[in-house]
Amino acid sequence: MVMIFGKPLILLYGQLTLGLINGAFYALLSLGLAVIFGLLNVVNFAHGALFMLGAFVTWGLLTYLGIGYWPSLVLAPLVIGVLGAVMQRTLIRRLAGLDPLYGLLLTFGCALVIEGLMRNQFGSSGVPYAIPEALSGAVNLGFMVLPRYRAWVVIAAAVMCLAVWLVIERTRLGALLRAATENAPLVQAFGVNVPRMVTLTYAAGAALAAFGGVLAAPMNSVNPNMGTNLIIVVFAVVVIGGMGSILGSIITGFGLGIIEGLTKVYYPEGSATVIFVVMVIVLLLRPAGLFGKAA
Amino acid sequence: MIVTRRHLMATAAAAVALPAVRARAASPTIKFGVLTDLSGPYKDIGGPLASDCARLAVADFGAAAKGMTVEVIQADHQNKPDVGAGIARQWFDRDGVDVILDVPNSGVSLAIAGVAKEKNKVFLPSNPATSDLTGKDCNANTIHWAYDTWMLAHSTGGATVKSGGDSWFFITADYAFGHALQRDTTQFINAAGGKVVGSVAYPFPGTNDFSSFLLQAQASGAKVVGFCNAGADTVNSIKQAAEFGLTQTRAGLLVFIADVHGMGLQVAQNLVISSTFYWDLNDRARAFSERLWARAPNVRAGMGHAGDYSAALHYMKVAAEMGVAQAKADGAATVARMKAMPTDDDCFGKGMIREDGRKLHPCYLFRVKTPAESKKPWDYYTLLATTPADEAFRPMKDGGCPLVKS
Repeated sequence: MVMIFGKPLILLYGQLTLGLINGAFYALLSLGLAVIFGLLNVVNFAHGALFMLGAFVTWGLLTYLGIGYWPSLVLAPLVIGVLGAVMQRTLIRRLAGLDPLYGLLLTFGCALVIEGLMRNQFGSSGVPYAIPEALSGAVNLGFMVLPRYRAWVVIAAAVMCLAVWLVIERTRLGALLRAATENAPLVQAFGVNVPRMVTLTYAAGAALAAFGGVLAAPMNSVNPNMGTNLIIVVFAVVVIGGMGSILGSIITGFGLGIIEGLTKVYYPEGSATVIFVVMVIVLLLRPAGLFGKAA
Repeated sequence: MIVTRRHLMATAAAAVALPAVRARAASPTIKFGVLTDLSGPYKDIGGPLASDCARLAVADFGAAAKGMTVEVIQADHQNKPDVGAGIARQWFDRDGVDVILDVPNSGVSLAIAGVAKEKNKVFLPSNPATSDLTGKDCNANTIHWAYDTWMLAHSTGGATVKSGGDSWFFITADYAFGHALQRDTTQFINAAGGKVVGSVAYPFPGTNDFSSFLLQAQASGAKVVGFCNAGADTVNSIKQAAEFGLTQTRAGLLVFIADVHGMGLQVAQNLVISSTFYWDLNDRARAFSERLWARAPNVRAGMGHAGDYSAALHYMKVAAEMGVAQAKADGAATVARMKAMPTDDDCFGKGMIREDGRKLHPCYLFRVKTPAESKKPWDYYTLLATTPADEAFRPMKDGGCPLVKS
């Protein structure tokens, strides 16, 4: 058996695959954060709560309306997108032009309120959500047993990341978004409705978080705290990738997933810390992040 | 400030009312304080249902008919020992609370045990897991009610090995509770002739994805995978074990019926767990559960909740016998009387309280039913084995409780 640093190679293949799957999640969530920060200059601490709401909406659609997993993939992000738009219009917009710290505090407060309300309503042990029939079961890849659902998650997340990147980098809408980030008054002078664009961007970021929530519902415990644990890691991903950098978030998300996966084999106790160790090193060497532009 | 006639009248009225308030506080009303987690991860194992159980005990005891006034109040300790101890002090000093119940979270409960001793009140925790409450940290004012880590490890570890699960792999939360549970369970596995082939300690809190550890468990070839964790971590790890098609026996070392409800039977089926109470265990447990259902519909009590009921009931029996005023005046004396009187209630049947403050009752090993086996809502467990009360808990000589004179 081929061994690498005392671990069988075959075990490492499996862990690399799992790392890639987690990386897909990190990429998807940090992407939403990056889009929101890039355009609104808001550090969206409510992202984890929106992710959780996405999972709960998925559960609610099934439990109360009998709507299954596949329609939820579209419906849940839509619902949360609308909620995001309302949040931006009624709350976040009032802080435009202020120090980003205010936005951070506001969204953090929103997250606490949302999570508190959900805990009050649904308790702390969560609600069950089963894997959709078509994706249940697992395939034996020879080096590991890969659940079909995980394979689907990695594909769905990758496709979504690619789509968002294409929209922002390759379309006219994306060009306008990027232009508004650089100089909003000028873009507005050309007749573009910048406030509406800002609202829609926040809504899109929220919808991305909810999409992540739908993907997570069958794998993780759907409970009001599910976003809290994840959001810290995702912020680290955004900081390492460079605040506001779309491509940076995607590449860093996948990369860190793999690093974390390998740590789980060699030193499992450190697997929650390794991402932050990387963050410290990156911040020391490249303060703007791997893909960020120095201010 | 301008003193008006209205101010004067209000002040005079307050002065007249004040002695009346004092007089009422001194009258013998028994006051239970349910100190629990109302907003955090343990809300479903304690929480509002704990207060419902205490109120049900008051109703079942027939306090009003016996001429006793009993009050139940609740507060949120937020899983912070300093917050919990602060509320306990305020309750004992200012609000006239006599007994504190429930208290999920071992750290908070150890802090409150100290306060209860200092103020000479009564502490009847049913929801902390640590066996230190009847070991090195025991005191004359505390009775540990429903379950503890030793009992869980003993029942799940010992019984699983006897039924053929003799090689184990542990997935353990990397903090004191997880390690203690793994250490105790390992001891019983070895004693029963089994062996532990491997283990992995994952970072707590902050782990959502257990797939990597499950893969290692799968590769280990162990017959049993033991989960030394609690709450959302347990739900997540067992849910993902189902996803990865783990064929080994899965043993949850601390699983409540609320967790099983949260996972769904599709995921939780065939999980092996230990509990001292199950709502559908026998006629008395069912009768209790139906009465509770009328107060709190759509949920079923876990073993901690049952403990709250049982503890409140036993305290009232003793208080009625020795006199409410005497019971309120001396917590340690009341606890001594509680230890002298055998217990009997619908949740745990007949039992007793040991010198070190350990409430004794049988412990049951259950297997979670498959969706096909479950015939009605909350029909979740099949009984596998029963450990009698005198064997279910740690022998008194091994606990190191200073109250026990050798």
